[in-house]
Amino acid sequence: MSNTITIEPVSRIEGHAKITIHLDSKNSVKTARFHVNEFRGFEKFCEGRLMWEMPGITSRICGICPASHLIASAKAGDEILAIAIPETAENLRRILTLAQWIQSHALSFFHLSSPDFLLGFDSDPAKRNVFGLMEDHRDLVRRGIRLRKFGQEVIEILGGRRIHTPWAVAGGVREPLDTGNRDSMLGWIPEAKETTRIALTLFKEVLDKYQQDIVSFGSFRSLFVGLVSDKGDLEYYHGSLRVMDGLGNVIADKLDARRYFDYFAERAESWSFLKFPYYKKLGFQRGAYRVGPLARVNICDQISTPLAEAERVQFKEMTGEAGAQNNSFYYHYARLIELLFAVEEMERLLNDPVTLGRTTRSKALINRSEGVGAAEAPRGILFHHYTVDENGVLQKVNLLIATAQNNSAMNRTVTQIATQFIDDAKLTEGILNRIEAGIRCFDPCLSCSTHALGAMPLHVQLVSEEGIILDEVKR
Amino acid sequence: MQKVDSKPRVATVWLGGCSGCHMSFLDMDERLLELADRIRLVYSPLADVKEFPRDVDVTFVEGAVSNEENEHMAHIVRRNSRYVVSLGDCAVTGNVTALRNKHSNVEIIHRSYVELADKTPSLPIQFNTVAQLLPQARPLHEYVNVDAFLHGCPPTADQIWFAVNELLEGRVPVFSTIYLRYG
Ligand code: SF4
Repeated sequence: MSNTITIEPVSRIEGHAKITIHLDSKNSVKTARFHVNEFRGFEKFCEGRLMWEMPGITSRICGICPASHLIASAKAGDEILAIAIPETAENLRRILTLAQWIQSHALSFFHLSSPDFLLGFDSDPAKRNVFGLMEDHRDLVRRGIRLRKFGQEVIEILGGRRIHTPWAVAGGVREPLDTGNRDSMLGWIPEAKETTRIALTLFKEVLDKYQQDIVSFGSFRSLFVGLVSDKGDLEYYHGSLRVMDGLGNVIADKLDARRYFDYFAERAESWSFLKFPYYKKLGFQRGAYRVGPLARVNICDQISTPLAEAERVQFKEMTGEAGAQNNSFYYHYARLIELLFAVEEMERLLNDPVTLGRTTRSKALINRSEGVGAAEAPRGILFHHYTVDENGVLQKVNLLIATAQNNSAMNRTVTQIATQFIDDAKLTEGILNRIEAGIRCFDPCLSCSTHALGAMPLHVQLVSEEGIILDEVKR
Repeated sequence: MQKVDSKPRVATVWLGGCSGCHMSFLDMDERLLELADRIRLVYSPLADVKEFPRDVDVTFVEGAVSNEENEHMAHIVRRNSRYVVSLGDCAVTGNVTALRNKHSNVEIIHRSYVELADKTPSLPIQFNTVAQLLPQARPLHEYVNVDAFLHGCPPTADQIWFAVNELLEGRVPVFSTIYLRYG
């Protein structure tokens, strides 16, 4: 038995997790593990349900990104019907996807991560949360709340409710958008741009201030995977898969997302409910990859909207020699760039006359026995894969979720931070929070990843090689 | 932990659910600022305190009791809270989390970690690190007494706002029929 430190639960992320840190006989960090602790079994219990129900059921995988599951599920349904959806429906689904990005990225930055940035990693844990932040940074918190509200309101206008709307269906969407509602969405755009700009300024100050700390925040080469458009633009709805290595070389391009199973496999480990996907061609170790904002901003050749593109150029300059940004702390930066893109892109779509079209649904019966739907969820690419019988009754379901695809990277990040900050087997509050903050870079959604979630007390134990408890911290 | 001020102490807890109920809590939007003036959030997945405190006035619980840790937590919550509220259909009925109940744990684990994993399958069964699933996911009130129930998947932000206000006034919320819906 080697020495073990446990952090339980990892808080201010979306889900149920703990961390153990294993020390060797000299009390240096050997390895660290990020354990995901719950499991809900969607891949089994969806068997026997109707394909038509899946958008409604699978959105319940996750209350933070239900709209992304809704879209991936509806797209898998489109494949099974073997039809093209109306142009208007595609625009509306795109708007929904962007609204989902906006609310989720705002949540990640303002509600969950900014307490670390503004109050400090070593500040009082009783106050280090969004409610604590309201005391001294009320206006900023109000802005963050309103940015998230904007995303949620767009979802509500389109789908009739904020969380778990059943609005997207195989073949399109249920309701068109009218001019009045379109205008009220447009009304939010200036404020949303301004808030995102403020967040970017704030984040750049944080980058300067914490230069020392962040060198070990998950800085290593890995593959990056995500969608790009035909022209190589940042993409979130259609497009094809690109794989980039840590030096910025594109090692695979224009892969059909519907054949994800040809390129990726998942491995299970006995100590976590979250599996470890990898790029098959390079094997389990070398094939570890990252998805989500950092990956998307790394792999694209450009962003199609001007403000976000200007930021992307700055972001690229910070990557130095390597053609890709390998430091996971820059997830936060990439997330804000995507926020800006989402606001600009939504404005473009809202001003497109096609968006106000009246035909939003194509109808067909079951024409194929298999369908894969892929979409870029806030945390990365998401795949829903269904096999059905001739009546549309599900025979098999596979879900490959964004957060799982960052699992290897999250484990490496925790190990790196632990190695840097743990000395002589001593624990401090600030160290623990740094480790958690490393995890928060990825904004993991454990609700999604295991189709599960929860929260538990922090209990850190440092256990010697003989299994004796050397140190213990609770808070 | 000792009381730092006289504000009511509120906690939120996440068991076997999707976090949607917590997101609906955040959907109170600007009202959260008002709430922050009136309450102290002493424990929540949104905050950093890791050990469930003593002497909590109101605890909102999202999710079904699905594994051994959820069960353990349910008892800790009950022992230390004046009011316990089931927040949303998973806590109230089991809902989506309980859809697994028609299968055995072996079946659902086999599906995800053997059939849908590569050729070196290994099951998540180190129960000193991951929590063991209970045979079924069950509603919270089958394990502990619950004082109020918020229906909905998730309950709406208005419904949660109403409940918070009633509880802060020391009244158990009685919902008018518009709030009595599932799904
Ligand atoms: S009641 Fe609905 S929203 Fe709440 S946790 Fe359960 S599935 Fe999610």
